[in-house]
Amino acid sequence: MNTEIVDLLIVGAGPAGMAAAVEAAKAGLSVAVLDEQPRPGGQIYRNVETAGATRDKVLGPEYVAGRSLADSFRQSGVRYMPGALVWNIGTDMMVDYSLGGHSSQIQAANVLAATGALERPVPMPGWTLPGVTTVGALQILLKSAGLVQPDAVLVGSGPLLWLVAQQMVAAGMPPKAIVENTPRGRVLEALKYVPRALRARSYLLKGLAMIRRVRRAGVPIYRHATALRVEGKDRAEALRFRAGGKLHRIESGNIALHQGVIPNQQITRLLRAEHFWDEAQKCFRPKLDDDGQSTAKGLYVAGDGGGITGAASAALEGRLVALGIAGRMGHPVAADRIARLRVVLARDAAVRPLLETLYAPAPEILSPADDVTICRCEEITAGTIRETVRLGAPGPNQVKSLLRTGMGPCQGRVCGLAVSCLIAETRKQSPQVTDYYRIRPPLKPLPLTELAAFEPAPDTPEVIEK
Amino acid sequence: MAPSNPRRIDQGRVVTFSFEGQTVRACEGESVAAALTAAGIRDFRNSIVSGQPRGIYCMMGACFDCLVEIDGVPNRQACMTEVQEGMFVRRQAGAVEVKA
Amino acid sequence: MIPNENFADTIIVGGGLLGSAVAWGLTRLGQKVIVLDEGDVALRASRGNFGLVWVSGKGEFLPPYARWSRLSSELWPQLAEELIEQTGISPVYQKPGGVMFSLTEEDLARKREQIGRMKDYNGPKGYGARMMDKAELDEMLPGLGPDVLGGTYSPHDGHCNPLFLLRGLHAGLQKAGGCYVSDAPATKIEKEGSSFVVSTSHGRYAGAKLILAAGHGNRWLAPQVGLEVPLIAEKGEILVTERARPLLTMPTHLLRQTGEGTIMIGDSHEHTGYSTRSRSTVIADLARYAVHCFPALAQLRLVRSWGAVRILTPDGCPVYQQSELCPGAFSINCHSGVTLAGAHALALAPAIAEGALSGELDAFHPRRFANGTVKSAAH
Repeated sequence: MNTEIVDLLIVGAGPAGMAAAVEAAKAGLSVAVLDEQPRPGGQIYRNVETAGATRDKVLGPEYVAGRSLADSFRQSGVRYMPGALVWNIGTDMMVDYSLGGHSSQIQAANVLAATGALERPVPMPGWTLPGVTTVGALQILLKSAGLVQPDAVLVGSGPLLWLVAQQMVAAGMPPKAIVENTPRGRVLEALKYVPRALRARSYLLKGLAMIRRVRRAGVPIYRHATALRVEGKDRAEALRFRAGGKLHRIESGNIALHQGVIPNQQITRLLRAEHFWDEAQKCFRPKLDDDGQSTAKGLYVAGDGGGITGAASAALEGRLVALGIAGRMGHPVAADRIARLRVVLARDAAVRPLLETLYAPAPEILSPADDVTICRCEEITAGTIRETVRLGAPGPNQVKSLLRTGMGPCQGRVCGLAVSCLIAETRKQSPQVTDYYRIRPPLKPLPLTELAAFEPAPDTPEVIEK
Repeated sequence: MAPSNPRRIDQGRVVTFSFEGQTVRACEGESVAAALTAAGIRDFRNSIVSGQPRGIYCMMGACFDCLVEIDGVPNRQACMTEVQEGMFVRRQAGAVEVKA
Repeated sequence: MIPNENFADTIIVGGGLLGSAVAWGLTRLGQKVIVLDEGDVALRASRGNFGLVWVSGKGEFLPPYARWSRLSSELWPQLAEELIEQTGISPVYQKPGGVMFSLTEEDLARKREQIGRMKDYNGPKGYGARMMDKAELDEMLPGLGPDVLGGTYSPHDGHCNPLFLLRGLHAGLQKAGGCYVSDAPATKIEKEGSSFVVSTSHGRYAGAKLILAAGHGNRWLAPQVGLEVPLIAEKGEILVTERARPLLTMPTHLLRQTGEGTIMIGDSHEHTGYSTRSRSTVIADLARYAVHCFPALAQLRLVRSWGAVRILTPDGCPVYQQSELCPGAFSINCHSGVTLAGAHALALAPAIAEGALSGELDAFHPRRFANGTVKSAAH
């Protein structure tokens, strides 16, 4: 059986993936784009092709702007495979994927992981109750099904929280309350980054306008909240917290949490690329060179998967990575265009230090109480993790072996960062030293029948002589 | 206090499927998770270790909390599966029961 | 200057199943021990363990190993009980017996030959394993596929949760006053007076006795105390399914259901040096074979895979030795750290405490490889 070969295989059809595909195809590369969702857009432009007028109005012009990128993507001539799950990538860049219940392979010369971001875990008492979701989930309900929760309480901090609040206002169903947990003093801390952020002033102004609209809609806003906990027996019933020196309880069956987003590391970790702990973003990021290549040869990253920079930068990075690969593969690319893209990218990044400082996760979220569930799949608490570390477990992989954290179907997508941070805190070390779970195939669960029927080509395995 | 159900800001073509024997009206193109949420159904499964009720959390296929049985196949991510007319959906009750 | 707390009766380099079991056994005898272990991402063969407490077929060409494995299975219940009592952590040891099934006549004949060869190894105790035809196997383990022709059954085989075992040993040895130091890979071993001094990035540790239980690390540590350890690296990959309701009534050499309900599928034998990567070619082969042997597995999903580098000696049997150049220094290696945990904790530890690997233990000295007639058994 002949295996398909491509110059560039892109995992993810969000802004980074779509933009990379368009550039790569224009430059003359053979491209395949594999994405799990049935339509392009990633999370930020989810369902943008079929949103319709009402959703367009509610979601806003920036969302709608993604439609033209999706159009260009559709017209680019690349092999686009929606509903395809990449579940393994060999050291030889052989990509294993599942589509329609069958597994196949594509031999890529280069792979671009454009799988974006995940929500940072927000562990607190009661966070596993039905009715508690991420703020991103509320936005996905809106984008993919036109649904809005009428009594939602948004908890946490970050631009997405304000964006979703504004979108709910636009839909005529403002949140019942916003409970911001940004600690006191952050604004002061962040002030020094304002001059730099002014280089991307339109972004800043849009943000302030968003917050203004939400306030004007009369949404109660609580600030510097601590002691957050969700109450309820079989479902979320209320949110309790302390703010302004008082204890509060807000009744709601829909509580949405957000503490920023973090790079999705599944593919970069699968290929054992080197990562580093970004103290400003409080997350792990893959080490990338100027071309966007990781330390795993042939694996590139563009978009939020390389570090949180937002949709506009994601598209720019996608374009730059694609142009770089094309150039190195001998296709003519315009150097001045590349230079211009880099300038825009730098300008777009100017707002990040301000946002990262202002909206860094709250200490209470990074260091939950002992009785809080951290690994949702296997139901392991923070206290159990701390105790295992005190008994000598040196890191997340030993903790995983001993406690089963990260062994459930999510394979650490939700708990991973929380576990690493907890271990780092208990061992009084930087998460840089603690590091993260080892990720192994399959990236998502696959039926054994499918694997039994899978006929992979003979591989060139990694061999390590000591 | 029963939580209020989500509201739809628009309507698409209606698709019906069953959940635990009840008929659920959904809209074409949405996920099973969105449809169940729209119908006010919040608990999709019992967690595997302690049997706690779980429902949607991330809606993007990362958390694996929204697992349901669809057309006899267990542990399917409801948020990653589009509704189809006549789908037969049930709660995922703990570990998979393998049939002889 | 070595601080007081870094002195012990015995220093053990390696906190895997071997080192931890022996350390635990020594603390049980009242010894002060310090276990030095590596960091989070190390080869750690102990993490790659199927979980079988298996006697059948062990030591076909080295009878003392057959007896040692059998002894370990007899000591296991005591080990499990003591760990539960001491730490509250149960290794979930179960001994429903074990099955090895065959899909070819050649394999069945091979198994029959093996039983014949081993039947007198345990003397009056008897060997225990017997041949089973398909009908008998089906009664004992319903669900085997139509191509399974038969196999063997032994009442002495069982399984446990190897990670809970390790957790319990770590907790137990510390509870009994031992120290476990992680992130402290040994860099140098020296003799200072009557003590062995081990240097690590966390400081230096000294003990009257030294046990090297560092898996593949023993290859370069052992020469520092005048010992040689012949070890071969071989990768084994395992598949793990989602949790299922009870499906496999007893463990088999290639399939077992854990206490949590996940089903473990083994195994591969790859010569890729010290690589631990999972390969989709191997995953596909293991999945195919598993579904062939036990068709109902087709209804389950694979959640994860892993790979680990086995610590194999030339004949697959343990290597235990004491240094003549540096008396008091021991090196121990095996690839069956789970099966032998009972013997390691309750028989090997006392022997080391006494200071001699005598009697049947002498059979595990690597001098047995010197004459070149090494028969490698199935492992």
